[in-house]
Amino acid sequence: MALLQIAEPGMSAEPHKHRLAVGIDLGTTNSLVATVRNGIAVCLADETGRTMLPSIVRYRADGSIEVGQKAVAAQATDAKNTIVSVKRFMGRGLKDVAHVETMPYDFEDSAGMVRLRTVQGVKSPVEVSAEILRNLRRRAEASLGGELVGAVITVPAYFDDAQRQATKDAATLAGLPVLRLLNEPTAAAVAYGLDNAAEGVYAVYDLGGGTFDLSILKLSRGVFEVLSTNGDAALGGDDFDHRLFCWILDKADIAPPSLQDARRLQMKAREAKELLSSCEEAPVHIVLGSGEEVNLVVTRDEFADMTRHLVQKTLGPVRKALRDAGLAPDEVKGVVMVGGATRMPHIQRAVAEYFGQEPLTNLDPDKVVALGAAMQANVLAGNRRDEDDWLLLDVIPLSLGLETMGGLTEKVIPRNSTLPIARAQEFTTFKDGQTAMAFHVVQGERELVSDCRSLARFELRGIPPMVAGAARIRVSFQVDADGLLSVSAREMSSGVEASVLVKPSYGLTDDEIAGMLKSGVEHAGDDMVARALREQQVEAERVIEATEHALEQDGALLSADERRAIEVSIAELRVLCTGRDHRAVKRGIDALSRATDEFAARRMDNSIRSALTGHKVDEFEV
Amino acid sequence: MSIDLTQDYFALFGLKRQFALDESALEAAWHELQSQVHPDRYAHLPDVDKRRSMQWATRVNEGFRTLKKPLERAQYLLELAGVDTALETNTAMSPEFLMEQMEWREAVAEAREAGEVEELEQLHHRLLHHAREVRSGLARELDEVHDYPAAADTVRRLMFIEKLQHEIDEALLALED
Repeated sequence: MALLQIAEPGMSAEPHKHRLAVGIDLGTTNSLVATVRNGIAVCLADETGRTMLPSIVRYRADGSIEVGQKAVAAQATDAKNTIVSVKRFMGRGLKDVAHVETMPYDFEDSAGMVRLRTVQGVKSPVEVSAEILRNLRRRAEASLGGELVGAVITVPAYFDDAQRQATKDAATLAGLPVLRLLNEPTAAAVAYGLDNAAEGVYAVYDLGGGTFDLSILKLSRGVFEVLSTNGDAALGGDDFDHRLFCWILDKADIAPPSLQDARRLQMKAREAKELLSSCEEAPVHIVLGSGEEVNLVVTRDEFADMTRHLVQKTLGPVRKALRDAGLAPDEVKGVVMVGGATRMPHIQRAVAEYFGQEPLTNLDPDKVVALGAAMQANVLAGNRRDEDDWLLLDVIPLSLGLETMGGLTEKVIPRNSTLPIARAQEFTTFKDGQTAMAFHVVQGERELVSDCRSLARFELRGIPPMVAGAARIRVSFQVDADGLLSVSAREMSSGVEASVLVKPSYGLTDDEIAGMLKSGVEHAGDDMVARALREQQVEAERVIEATEHALEQDGALLSADERRAIEVSIAELRVLCTGRDHRAVKRGIDALSRATDEFAARRMDNSIRSALTGHKVDEFEV
Repeated sequence: MSIDLTQDYFALFGLKRQFALDESALEAAWHELQSQVHPDRYAHLPDVDKRRSMQWATRVNEGFRTLKKPLERAQYLLELAGVDTALETNTAMSPEFLMEQMEWREAVAEAREAGEVEELEQLHHRLLHHAREVRSGLARELDEVHDYPAAADTVRRLMFIEKLQHEIDEALLALED
């Protein structure tokens, strides 16, 4: 008798077919993409060997878009069109964003989510994030040699529904199927827990560039159960930079700086902060646009002092998460530190003091989230092997509710409920003959609706006229494993129904996304690559021609060895020009200009000298 | 997936239908069930499978929560026994209990207005202790003497207590912000 083979749920029916899937850490400051290769999670590097992609997107006047390292320098020179830390704007209105006054952007406060006016038109934070995701998708596809089945994208655990939806929309826009939105601390716990065969209660302290999460997890026999989570979706390393930036303005007695100076000072502040993690003091030296020079030194103690309140601010969520989990600090077996900002020594000290133990820093705080996401992506894509038998049970970070009379919140789903979850609540009419009812869905812990986040409004119409209090309207909330909410309402006696996917007030509508996709964003991207290649090839030809001309004219200024080095660079660039990689061509151009640097200086000296012999100095405009 | 999700929660989790609970057995069963039905196991399958998995995982979580929380477990047991706890309509409580509740409430309100975090923490602990006593009475009524009307009355008292407990927690939360 032939036995039918039935694949276990979660096991691939075709064991030899590896489906390409990635984990993406879409960070405030840096983003990473990782995958599981031969059973091991690895971060994928770009063609220059870098794994971290600065989360920076620059819209250029010529219609091209630069992402990552290439856009770094433009932060100061083209601040308005160079968007950094866009994650802070995801699913947020202008009034929700801190420090807008020192940001160099041209904001447009459109309904729900803030938008940015750039040289390429108005951009939503979802579109900006999609550029980062698209860049990482291309990197992964180039590196893995095929199309991706999907991605696990990480979000701060404390992200609300609007922020999660915005993140998912960005992925859709970037052409990335989302296997799951995974909470960053949970991803870190997976990477840490599996690597260390950890069992027991762990806390994950995740301080990123712009967000703070604290999750308490119980690890037992392959189950990662989140007991509670808390945090601050607008607190991160950026705030430490900002504090230091303000300190510099104050110390150096700088009047409100120009946008360009402000951006450069912020970059300086970040550099100094990073230096202070390994050094006792850091210099802050910068020449402002006015020519005024700033020359300061900041010590580790001064920095710790000026940011003490920020460190304290992280301990509130720690206390709340522990209380929600019903645990005392000493019941936690280990504290996993995640996010680049946890490198700051005074943060490690504060955490050690609170938990009464040294935090675990034996993993790369920048990469651990992406690695955990890659592990989860691998099993979600259907590549589960026998040893990959783990299960994640995550929670919703913030309570979900409805507005009731008097602007009060009625909680329907309490925070820290394990996902997926569904809850229903019954309401009734308060007027005779009432045929419609309006619902306002909110998220948050506060009693007043005005203190919670408004997620959606919808109406149930066509209720048969009855006396007040007779209708029974059942409102059902369902939160899926991504932490996304859908709501429906039904009048029980008549069966009249209304439902909403909760996105209109903060995310983009499906129509908007479809429109953006149709308008050829994706194809424009491909055209852009081709155009970038042509641009770089033209530039390379120009540089080669100029260099050869210079060699012909002033070759005498070079030794034979020096001349040979330049000729080799030219030959290399010519080879690169025949390839398809515009970035490689750009690198070749840069290499040639480095090789001709000294030559150019000598020629300059020479020409100035010969020019001066025929003229008086004061005839030259300086 | 060979799980009958229409059975009652006790049967679903392989537990005896009673108030006394082996928490570790409940948790182990929860993990076992979720490892079969959780959406993460179906992420690579067609939408119809994903949707079904979400419904099942939702039901398993609902069952876990219902059985884990003593108050909800007691209400569920009474519901299975066909006893209407008439929670909304029957608010007739003994005068002694109501007096006691008023005193608790005043203490909480005072501590809250004065911003006395420590006092609130103390009330929190005293109330926890009190709730434990009430619950052990409930266990006797449900599992030993099977006095369901009395149990329904105790359930209502426990609801008051938990509501108060929740208010203390919220007050503490508000004071910390």
